[in-house]
Amino acid sequence: MDLGNLMASDPTHHFESVPSSRFELTRACLEKGTELVQAIANAVFALPSTDDPDGPIVRLPPPTTTLPREKHLPKPKPPTKWELFAKMKGINKHKKDKRVFDEQTGTWKRRHGYDRVNDDKDIPIIEAKLSDEPGEDPFSKRKAEKKQRVEKQEKNRLQNLKQAAKAGALPSHVQLAATALPITGTLGEAPKKASKEELQNVAGMAATATASGGKFDKKLPGEKLAKHAGKYRKFLPVVEGKGMSSQEKQQTAKILDQLMSKSCHGMLDVNKAVTMFNVKKEKQRKKEKEHKTSSAASKLKPKKKSLKKSSKKKH
Amino acid sequence: MLVMPTSRNHLMLRRQRRRRLPLTMLKIKTPKTQRAKREVEKRAPKLVESGKKTLILHGTKTSDVLNTVLTQIYHLKRDNAVKYTKKNENIRPFESGGETSLEFFSLKTDCSLFVFGSHSKKRPNNLVLGRMFDHHIYDLVEVGVDNFRPMESFEYDKKLTPRIGSKPFFAFVGEGFESVEELKHLKEVLLDLFRGEVVENLNLAGIDHVFVCTALSSSTVFFTHCALRLKRSGTAIPRMELVEVGPSMDLVVRRHRLPNDSLKKEAMKTTNGQPKKKIKNVSSDVLQGKIGKIYIPDQKVGGIALSNDVKGLKRERREARKTKVVGENEAKKRKTASK
Repeated sequence: MDLGNLMASDPTHHFESVPSSRFELTRACLEKGTELVQAIANAVFALPSTDDPDGPIVRLPPPTTTLPREKHLPKPKPPTKWELFAKMKGINKHKKDKRVFDEQTGTWKRRHGYDRVNDDKDIPIIEAKLSDEPGEDPFSKRKAEKKQRVEKQEKNRLQNLKQAAKAGALPSHVQLAATALPITGTLGEAPKKASKEELQNVAGMAATATASGGKFDKKLPGEKLAKHAGKYRKFLPVVEGKGMSSQEKQQTAKILDQLMSKSCHGMLDVNKAVTMFNVKKEKQRKKEKEHKTSSAASKLKPKKKSLKKSSKKKH
Repeated sequence: MLVMPTSRNHLMLRRQRRRRLPLTMLKIKTPKTQRAKREVEKRAPKLVESGKKTLILHGTKTSDVLNTVLTQIYHLKRDNAVKYTKKNENIRPFESGGETSLEFFSLKTDCSLFVFGSHSKKRPNNLVLGRMFDHHIYDLVEVGVDNFRPMESFEYDKKLTPRIGSKPFFAFVGEGFESVEELKHLKEVLLDLFRGEVVENLNLAGIDHVFVCTALSSSTVFFTHCALRLKRSGTAIPRMELVEVGPSMDLVVRRHRLPNDSLKKEAMKTTNGQPKKKIKNVSSDVLQGKIGKIYIPDQKVGGIALSNDVKGLKRERREARKTKVVGENEAKKRKTASK
């Protein structure tokens, strides 16, 4: 019997044969039910009751059957940075009055809000110190300092909330929302600004999405033509002229050559090898000639930068 | 306000520009109105929890019987239940992916109990009773409804109708509720579903109704709802009489899913071990009731300056003016006299 839940169960009951008719079944069940309910009522009415205009009120004991919770237990908030510091230093909190006496005006003013004590904006005169520069505006400086302090405080508050969120104890009315996805890698800096040339090319790039490749689009005044106007496909002539070797045959031969050369690794391209060899030889001969006929003029000649890739590799 | 462009100002501006894009930016969101704040705080996890809310919905296909069952359960739990009328195709509580919609609804309506009805050839008149922990599914019991009799089919004295929100009695008859695991689970879920709020003080005049569950076999439970009539008996304790009032049905347990152990441990954690906060300074008296003491520190009457809004100043000023006038008159008289 669980009084807290007003529940009673009878484990001893056992139906030897389930009554066939519905009516019999309900009757039997209600009989058993009545017994149990009477037992609970006896226990409940036996509890000490207090009188109330609505009726007698009894104090129920806490329920014995444990049922699972709806939500997790609230976790205690981790102490903030200031709280830790204050605890270490032994600084205690003192309750502050809402009204404070203002020395300047000699009246009682409120601490926070409209017409408050020690307002930063109310200072009429700031005396110049020796450390001040002549061109500086002290009022705006004070404003900027206050703004900085406020920003710092906001940052600290965010850090404290992040710590609380990590411990799973974020206050219920606060949500931390990410406003931007974290950027990782070398491109973590500010997004690159589009250069003037890029911007000029953008319209042309977008125009290539049309069916005619942007060839017949109206141009704005001052807009330059796209670099490669129109489409990129080249169709072979339907009727071939005399004297030309079959272009279609050339095209297919070119494709085949490329495929074959890619697939056969390690095999020597004879023509290429021969030309490379010849070129090297000629260079050597040239050098030898130069060495033989070395003169001051040749020495003073500026060194020719060779545009070949292999030379770059050496450096 | 004019800001003189000096070298220092430029530096500050440049620093600000660089700071504008940190790697992760988080924003603190708080509710802007007090009402929203109160709603959010109502839904926050508490040490001692109040009653659970129920979400009643149905799947793609429902039968007539099932519709009536769902509406009658909703009527039984009117104050703390939410009933959805649309059909939900993508909710399949027992499948791993089919619970996301349920969890979303639970989050939005703040309901931790749900009753999901569906009807198919394989499982006719199917009810899935489930519970949530932290808006994720905790456990489920799938039950089929047989021999349903709605509330309207019962005839009884209208004065006996139980009122919404009154705390019900529970009677579980049968050894099956202790021995068979599925029936044990069903017992727990039914208790949770119909219990209402956990209260400390019960008004004995408000005892209205009882839920009677009888284990007919190892998989069937006869569930019925009766009103209580308290009859006068010789002793102070009244005699109970059950009058069948509410829906009655046979529940056939089909499937059930128990929570995994770690989740169960997490959900069963209570604060019973910790000492309760002691309320200081409050005592109760037989004659006066609840009394408390207020301590006022000594006022430094001489030290504080006079505030503007003290009414007593008026009388002082008035009297001061009077004496001044009298004094002036006297001075005049003296002058005239001296002349």
